[in-house]
Amino acid sequence: MNIEDIKRSENKVYSKPELLNDTPMHYCPGCSHGVVHKLVAEVIKEMGQDNNTIAVAPVGCAVFAYKYIDVDWIEAAHGRAPAVATAAKRLNPERLVFTYQGDGDLAAIGTAETIHAANRGENITIIFINNAIYGMTGGQMAPTTLEGQKTATTPYGRRIDLNGYPLKISDLLAMLPGTCYVTRQTVHTPASVRKAKAAIRKAFENSMAGRGTSVVEVVSTCNSGWKMSPEKSNEWMVENMVPFYPLGDLKNNSEK
Amino acid sequence: MAKVIGAVDINRERCKGCNLCVVACPTDVLGLQPKEVNDRGYHFAYTVNPDNCIGCASCALVCPDACIEVYRVVEK
Repeated sequence: MNIEDIKRSENKVYSKPELLNDTPMHYCPGCSHGVVHKLVAEVIKEMGQDNNTIAVAPVGCAVFAYKYIDVDWIEAAHGRAPAVATAAKRLNPERLVFTYQGDGDLAAIGTAETIHAANRGENITIIFINNAIYGMTGGQMAPTTLEGQKTATTPYGRRIDLNGYPLKISDLLAMLPGTCYVTRQTVHTPASVRKAKAAIRKAFENSMAGRGTSVVEVVSTCNSGWKMSPEKSNEWMVENMVPFYPLGDLKNNSEK
Repeated sequence: MAKVIGAVDINRERCKGCNLCVVACPTDVLGLQPKEVNDRGYHFAYTVNPDNCIGCASCALVCPDACIEVYRVVEK
């Protein structure tokens, strides 16, 4: 069988998600954002919500997410995506409303909005990309930066006595009664990509069923900010990030 | 025994040459162009050993830029 016979539409097993636009993404080569964008686009399409979704973009690397995923987007002020999503969901309770935020947006400037939206039990999904660094502005220290991690503003490594402890915000959110599903995933291997997709699907289903706030944290890489190759940054993530941010469900009340 | 044959199609202009698909491939099908670059100056991925492909879609799953299409045929 020659290669032209294999490359027929009936044999296709994987292609670019329909909801993903042809615009090339501005993310650095190997950035985890692209994979998560793909998963979100696939899940929305599979759930048949492509004309029924309101997404809220953050400030950060994902600020241009509206150019890539073909659903309705609102651009929120820095860190205020959960507050904007609250309004969108309360005014349009039949719609799928989610925010897509990074760690600088969700865990630093938007901590108050995030915690209060989750504590009110708003029926939204928060997709949280945690790469332990401020990627867009050039790799400065974020609240989630690990102890000893070198960044542009901590060139000798983060010091606990000077900079405090890394913030596990998903663990904080899991303690709140308003959250329904809090999980932590990665997207560095094919298996973890499949798991992350299932988690995003479950979170979207929870918010459509009105069970409360769902949070999907994706422990990600920022190879430009970490000054490593994409491959090396995946290894660094597994060695350093995953032990501190353990993977799996932190809270799962999906079936209540 | 049924034999699985796969093939991949790589969108060379969308590819940013991040090498993640090359690492993910279990049968060493993919590689980065050693010299040639696309319009944006990246050494894009291409199929070094196209005959080894089993159509598992691992490369496409980890590709951050969604540039890989995967085809699979089961030959009986």
